[in-house]
Amino acid sequence: MKVLIPSPLRSYTAERNWVEASGATLGDVLDDLDRQFPGIRFRMIDEQERMRRHIRFFVNGGQTFDLAQPLQPADELFIVQALSGG
Amino acid sequence: MATQSKSVARPTARAKAGARAQGARRTVLLVATRKGAWLLHGDGARRAWRIDGPHFLGHIVNHLVLDPRDGRTLLAAAKTGHLGPTVFRSTDLGRTWTEAARPPAFEKRADGSGRSVDHTFWLTPAHGNEPDVWYAGTSPQGLFRSADGGVTWAPFSTINDDPQYLKWFGTVQDGTPDGPKLHSIIVDPRDPKHLYFGMSGGGVHESTDGGATFRTLIDGLEVVEGFPRDDPTAHDPHCIRMCPSSPDRLYQQNHCGIYRIDRPSNHWVRIGVRMPKKVGDIGFTMVVHPGDADTAWVLPMDGQTVWPRTSPDGKPAVYGTRNAGKTWQRLDAGLPREQAWWTVKRQAMCADAGDPVGLYFGTTGGELWASRDEGGRWKCIARGLPEIYAVESGELR
Repeated sequence: MKVLIPSPLRSYTAERNWVEASGATLGDVLDDLDRQFPGIRFRMIDEQERMRRHIRFFVNGGQTFDLAQPLQPADELFIVQALSGG
Repeated sequence: MATQSKSVARPTARAKAGARAQGARRTVLLVATRKGAWLLHGDGARRAWRIDGPHFLGHIVNHLVLDPRDGRTLLAAAKTGHLGPTVFRSTDLGRTWTEAARPPAFEKRADGSGRSVDHTFWLTPAHGNEPDVWYAGTSPQGLFRSADGGVTWAPFSTINDDPQYLKWFGTVQDGTPDGPKLHSIIVDPRDPKHLYFGMSGGGVHESTDGGATFRTLIDGLEVVEGFPRDDPTAHDPHCIRMCPSSPDRLYQQNHCGIYRIDRPSNHWVRIGVRMPKKVGDIGFTMVVHPGDADTAWVLPMDGQTVWPRTSPDGKPAVYGTRNAGKTWQRLDAGLPREQAWWTVKRQAMCADAGDPVGLYFGTTGGELWASRDEGGRWKCIARGLPEIYAVESGELR
């Protein structure tokens, strides 16, 4: 599926804003991203499998907070940085 | 104001000899800020500084440290407002950086009670006989170790998950405004198994068995009125420093005063009582002389009423002692005389290895100040930086 990478994480993707990743769930897709771009997952998901406070995930425009959410190959995943102050 | 018997400035002949020796040194200052990191390279005389940066612009960099064991390797503890914490490593003085493959992180707990590292706060290179070993302290309080030069990190000791320590850690609400911290990780240069660390809050702790066990070292330290002195939870050591020339002596700037301890005594002595009353002995940072264990410096802040944590009366000054805290001398030549409402954080002041010793501090207002003569005269060597979190000095090879 297509994944939109926010600007703070593009140092991991050679500055690409769109990348391809696969997986049956949101968590699986993030695992695949980490295989392709080592270290990227921990910047978004902490060691207790909690989403970091200012990172948001949208699947086909709908926000999800569930790493177990099923995904389809045709879905689009947007990773977004929430506002976090100045 | 208290006075001292020794002069602040070194004798002229010694200063000249020191200046000649300094000519061969290459001092670098490592400045970590709320929005990136900078390196300042000094000329041989430490008069002119070439600024290199920003590195990691926009990253919150809590600590940037040069490995004294090789004089080349840099480690940076960083995160951003959005992204999780990590550690970057450079072996070419910041021309290129590589992210840690496994940054400091707590063990995952299946029951959902596990803690998460918000940021790595403190980095300490280990003993000279352990060339690839580093220690890290985090917020919330955690102790981590790397055995491969900072590439991979693992929880160290048992304290991160020890029920007693978890109680002493308190909650996020009990710590400093941007999170409770484990800091001041100190390795005895005579014995790699002899370790100290401090926690804000949580007190001072010591291990003599390489971290297998730790014991508290809080006797003599005062706490906020109404709290029990024997409970580490109530203790807030801001910065602890061991004297390189006499490792049995440590100094501490605490939330409740300035202290010294001479081991094997387990009792801290409040040496801040000899500070001028109108200035007090509250502050964040503590610096020791690399070659004279009787000499140390602090930078007091206003800890009265609502705790402004600014320079007292808007008139910043370093205070130095040359007799282990019996007397203190105000060292403010060159610093603003009024309306300078600085705070200098616990990692934001340091000494170099020169002779005379150079002193450096960075302010929350983004100014970097230097003294080439142990505090005798100060000069601003950089301004306009983001809020400065840490200043370290190093000697390049």
